Amino acid sequence: MLYIFCPHCGSRSQNEFAYGGDATVKRPELNKEISDQEWNNFVYLRKSPRGKHLELWHHISGCRQWIKVERDTSTHEIFKTYKADELTE
Amino acid sequence: MQKYSVFSLIKNAFSDHQNWEVAWKDPTPKKEYDVIIIGGGGHGLATAYYLAKEHNITNVAIIEKGWIGGGNVGRNTTIIRSNYMHDDNALFSEFGMDLWRKMSQDLNYNVMFSPRGIINLAHSDAQMNAYSRRGNSMRLNGIDAVLLNREEVQKRIPMADFSDNVRFPIFGGLMQPSAGTARHDAVAWGYARQADSMGVDIIQNCEVTGFDVTNGKIVGVRTSRGDIKAKKVGLCVAGSTNILAEMLNMTLPIETHLLQACVSEPVKPLLDHVVTFGAGHFYCSQSDKGEMVMGGDLDGYNSYSQRGNLPTLQHVLTEGIAMFPFLSKLKMLRTWGGIMDMSMDGSPIIDKTHIDGLYLNCGWCYGGFKATPASGWTFAHTIAQDRVHKLNAGYSLNRFNTGDLIDEKGLGTKTWIS
Repeated sequence: MLYIFCPHCGSRSQNEFAYGGDATVKRPELNKEISDQEWNNFVYLRKSPRGKHLELWHHISGCRQWIKVERDTSTHEIFKTYKADELTE
Repeated sequence: MQKYSVFSLIKNAFSDHQNWEVAWKDPTPKKEYDVIIIGGGGHGLATAYYLAKEHNITNVAIIEKGWIGGGNVGRNTTIIRSNYMHDDNALFSEFGMDLWRKMSQDLNYNVMFSPRGIINLAHSDAQMNAYSRRGNSMRLNGIDAVLLNREEVQKRIPMADFSDNVRFPIFGGLMQPSAGTARHDAVAWGYARQADSMGVDIIQNCEVTGFDVTNGKIVGVRTSRGDIKAKKVGLCVAGSTNILAEMLNMTLPIETHLLQACVSEPVKPLLDHVVTFGAGHFYCSQSDKGEMVMGGDLDGYNSYSQRGNLPTLQHVLTEGIAMFPFLSKLKMLRTWGGIMDMSMDGSPIIDKTHIDGLYLNCGWCYGGFKATPASGWTFAHTIAQDRVHKLNAGYSLNRFNTGDLIDEKGLGTKTWIS
């Protein structure tokens, strides 16, 4: 069982959360000519690193806020969590 | 190579089975190969075998960081099927079914292929309609499919929950009678033994640490056992694809996720088919040893850990008990995990890359085992001829850019919920 520290609610079990994927993916800017390659990069391409991974989680059975979690993908250790709009280190 | 037969068995019985030849050698890497296959799993071993057998390329090395067959080919639930709707998947898998049927004879190794049939259960009228559509598509592609009603399902799997008071009553199911299971370790060992006998070097405990690329062309790989030159390199590393891609400065439409499987204690034969639950994600078959072999959802977040987490296992088995209530009385014997190369449309990639001489075989999600022979066959063709075969033409890396996705399940890019 993962225990995730929600910045709004405190430490909760993973059962309360839904995963939201890589948090470093950036949507191309609006109102701008966007190439197929840029869309491809945003929609489909993922680094999926072994080690530290910044990812989105949704506290869906709690405060329903999206949060960012920095977690190790090989040990599952959670280093730090952030509010969705908080700047990460 | 010593042929396995009843006569060799009897002959070796006289010397207490002490004089069997080793099934494959343990060579030290040469300085140079025509082709290096990275990854000594089912797909890598099959690729090397078909390179030697179909294309007469025998100066080949398989480089494996652990031991052959220690990854997903030894961790899957051994299901073999071709019940796909989309042409690319259906024709590719059905080609593979043919190779499965001939495999034991072809490899002179009993892979215990057991075409016991797979039943996908339906729990609503809408699902019956969807299955009838899929079944019709399969039949158009020459694959056997039978739509079963509730009574026909009950005749085949009477131990499923057919009582009145269930949340997901069984309306019927789609059956592919020619689908089945095989002994997964034997597949790896059979391919390894034959590849080795044709001159392929199987190099275990050898981890790739980098690549040598000059002027956009691959010239070799760097490994924990020294640098090895190669004219062509093929990647068959499933869940480790992203790690190697990073060394090549490539970003792929792949995420690595964790999938668990488990077996119960062995019981007497009671389940004749592979059965999948239609209202969730759970599948089950009975092994020859009598264990119920079960699996279901991914753990649900990027992971390279090869070991599972309890909440997902609990969730999957809850679905299992909803389908087969008797499972609640069985003890769990083993659980384990493997790491899956989840592609963004749920279909694999077998293609050339932008680097000359570098070939990619990945994105099998959790359907890699059944694809072993077809994947090896088409990947060998792609490497040997430096062009894709029509069977894997749809599995291009560029399809994400052009929009020609093969989204069998239509789930989109959230790989962790598929």
